[in-house]
Amino acid sequence: MSDVAIVGIGMHEFGRHDGISGMDQGVTAVRRALADCGQQWSDMEFAVGGSMDAGAADTMVSRVGLTGLPFTNVVNGCATGGTALAQAVNTIESGAGDLGIAIGFDKHEKGAFRIKGPRGKDWYGGSGLALTTQFFGMKINRYMHEHGITRPTLAKVGAKAFRNGALNPMAWRRKPLSEEEVADSLMLSYPLTQYMFCSPGEGGVAMILCRADKAKQYTDRPIYLKAAAVRTRKFGSFEVLAPSIALEHDAGPTSAASKAAFEQAGIGPEDVDVAQLQDTEAGAEIMHMAENGFCEHGEQEQMLANGDTEINGRLPVNTDGGCLANGEPIGASGLRQVYENVLQLRGDAGERQVPNDPKVAYTHVYGAPGISGVTILSR
Amino acid sequence: MTTPIANPVAVADGIFTLNDGQPVLLGSRCTNCDNHMFPRQHGCPRCMFNEQVDVELATRGTLWTWTVQAFPPKAPPYLGPVGDDFEPFGVGYVELPGQLRVEARLTESDPEKLQIGMEMEIVPFVLGTDEDGNDVVTYAFAPVTQNGDQS
Repeated sequence: MSDVAIVGIGMHEFGRHDGISGMDQGVTAVRRALADCGQQWSDMEFAVGGSMDAGAADTMVSRVGLTGLPFTNVVNGCATGGTALAQAVNTIESGAGDLGIAIGFDKHEKGAFRIKGPRGKDWYGGSGLALTTQFFGMKINRYMHEHGITRPTLAKVGAKAFRNGALNPMAWRRKPLSEEEVADSLMLSYPLTQYMFCSPGEGGVAMILCRADKAKQYTDRPIYLKAAAVRTRKFGSFEVLAPSIALEHDAGPTSAASKAAFEQAGIGPEDVDVAQLQDTEAGAEIMHMAENGFCEHGEQEQMLANGDTEINGRLPVNTDGGCLANGEPIGASGLRQVYENVLQLRGDAGERQVPNDPKVAYTHVYGAPGISGVTILSR
Repeated sequence: MTTPIANPVAVADGIFTLNDGQPVLLGSRCTNCDNHMFPRQHGCPRCMFNEQVDVELATRGTLWTWTVQAFPPKAPPYLGPVGDDFEPFGVGYVELPGQLRVEARLTESDPEKLQIGMEMEIVPFVLGTDEDGNDVVTYAFAPVTQNGDQS
């Protein structure tokens, strides 16, 4: 698949922005994306967008322009942004539109996500089990037991994220932290400490897509979408917020989405020059390296020791600081990864630019209730 | 052994029964493929068959994974003590042989005393008191000691 190109990108800074609504941040991202490719809102033939906590995306037309375009709201958990992008791609490939925009933004209350129960009397939340953080602690704890990953390696992932975030003017947390500071910070959900977790946050991202054969009309540096795949969990996968799990094992939605994306693109993990992988917490980045096919389970311990995932390493991972340094505004997070990869492929990533002219870039988003989205971009 | 709870009221109906003060989890079993589910539900996610029977789940199993909830959950929905009264608590998945792995609070919260593979047994756990003065009870799992008692 290379029938769709990304021609414009825009982002509102991630972080905490008192007095600025999530919708405001989405609107800013839209205006920046339009400016990036010299287009007007009235040029957009369709829009797809979503947020989890900041309102229905389509209501932003009263701010950016009542042009009458078809605007589809997407609500798909942590994969909201990735799904918006996939829908925009499908719209163009189906011929329903040649030029459109994918939008994601959000603004969450401080602290861990408040998960509301499905029923009137919420035994799960009431009992103290409705916390996504617990799942992440339990998944990596089991993984460390099975595959020999150690706690210092978790701290290495955290330190890398803040080191990269310090080089990213759009990131929330821009202060480098040492491995010791990460390891010794407050224990939140064993074995994960405060600085091994990302925080719910705020931000917005938008990107303008078009038919690949028309891309040069809008930019001299189009980035092509080789694949965009979304998958949900199968029976036997271990997922967040599950009161029970099966004894049978499935590799999970990340492996499935990754396989589908590589198949669409007709390439393999060895062809990827830079990757943005869901790092809700430090352990997730480690597990997702293997689930996305970049290594065998357990090899991460040595890869981190070698510095393989640093900006100058063999496979740079989360070059913009990932969720750990940017926080996680659910609706925008998946598109933030794509935004970073477009910068990297254009050679516009500044101080955190991956060397040697990267040509293929990979994104992976994961979230509740067991959904993954993968994209593969190329120049 | 645990002290008897005077006026136990289950945190919700249909999740577990209290059998002489001890919780027994209420699950479903698919009549087609034998898949076990908790809580009870109709429709099997494994074989997509739509005929299930109610079963009581095993009360003993082994710890498959665990963590420690070290900060107070947001209330609502949490019904236990928060603020200065909050105490960290263990959370884990306990593998019930031949059935499934169930998520539960653990009575133990010391990482030094929790080990994957250790034997666990279900116990009642008091979250707090309702407006009528009853003890609101959920289920938890406690490590089983060498001689077979709960620690």
